[in-house]
Amino acid sequence: MLILDCPYCGIACDETELSPGGEAHLTRFGPGSSEDEFEGYLFMRENPRGVHFERWRHAHGCGKWFHAARDTMTMEVFGTYPAQTTEPPAELRKTISEKRPGWSWRDFS
Amino acid sequence: MSDRISALPGAASSGSIRVEEAGLQGMVTIRGDLGDKGVSDALKKVVGLTVPEKGQRGAGDGMALLWMSPDELMLTAAHSEAPDLVTKLGDALSGHHHLVCNVSDARAVFRLTGEGAAIRDALAKLTPADLRPSALPVGMVRRTRLAQVAAAVWFEDEGTATVVCFRSVAAYVFGLLANASKPGAEVGYFR
Ligand SMILES: [Zn+2]
Repeated sequence: MLILDCPYCGIACDETELSPGGEAHLTRFGPGSSEDEFEGYLFMRENPRGVHFERWRHAHGCGKWFHAARDTMTMEVFGTYPAQTTEPPAELRKTISEKRPGWSWRDFS
Repeated sequence: MSDRISALPGAASSGSIRVEEAGLQGMVTIRGDLGDKGVSDALKKVVGLTVPEKGQRGAGDGMALLWMSPDELMLTAAHSEAPDLVTKLGDALSGHHHLVCNVSDARAVFRLTGEGAAIRDALAKLTPADLRPSALPVGMVRRTRLAQVAAAVWFEDEGTATVVCFRSVAAYVFGLLANASKPGAEVGYFR
C-alpha cells in the first residue's frame, strides 16, 4: 500500500484516497504530428523496475493532480510534487541520485 | 413553499459514541484564487472571517470557513442564511473570477459526540486517514473517504466531530458510523 503526500493539502494520503493517472511527463502529440509521435504518445510507456514517475489525483480530497517519484520494486517513495511542471524538480532528482546512483528514466537522470 | 428537510431527520444511534444526523445545515461552496487579496477581503467583508490556512477550519459567530482545496472553501452557516450569503458573496466577489454555490441540500451532516478517543476509534475503522490527535487536531479539516464514499471530517473540540457527505449516501454513512460505534466493538487504539 502506497502512502503519498499531496503537495497541495500537505497530508499523507492513502493509496485508496487517490486515483492513479499513469505515467508522468508525457508530451501530447495530436493533430499535425507524425504517426510515430502519435503512437508514442498514445501507447509507448515506461515499465521500469526501479525509479518511476507517475501522475496521481487526490480524488477523495482536494481533487488536484500531482506527480510522484517512487521505486516500483521497493515501493519507496522519493517524493511528490505539483503537476504544473514538465519535469521532476532538481531537488528531487538529487534525492533520487543519492539513493539510486546512476538512475535514468526517459530523458531524466 | 414546501418544507425543507434534511437527509435523515432525527436519525441517531448511541453506542461507544453518539451519532446524530445534524439536521439542516447551511453550506456554501466558494471557489476562487484564495491568495488574491481582493478575494480574501471580499470574504472578510461578508462573513467576517479570514481565509483559513491550508487544511484548517476557522470558526466565527455562527459561521465557519473550511479549507477544502487550494482554490476552494466551504462556508458553513445557518441553513436559512445560505441563500442570502450566496447573493452577498456573489456581489462582493464580482470582478474576481469565482464560483459561489449553495450546496446545503446536496449534503448530509452528522455530529459525533462522546469521548475523543472513542470518536477517533470509530472513524478509524472507516477511513485510511491518520486519526491520531496530532495528525487530525481540533481546527483541521480532513477530506477523505468513509468506506466507499467521499466525506469530510473535523473536530470542533476533542469530544465533538462533524462528518459531511453527499446527501445521496446519507443512509449508508449513518449505517457505517452506527455500526463502527456499536457497543462492545471498541478497539481502544486511541486510549
Ligand atoms: Zn490534496
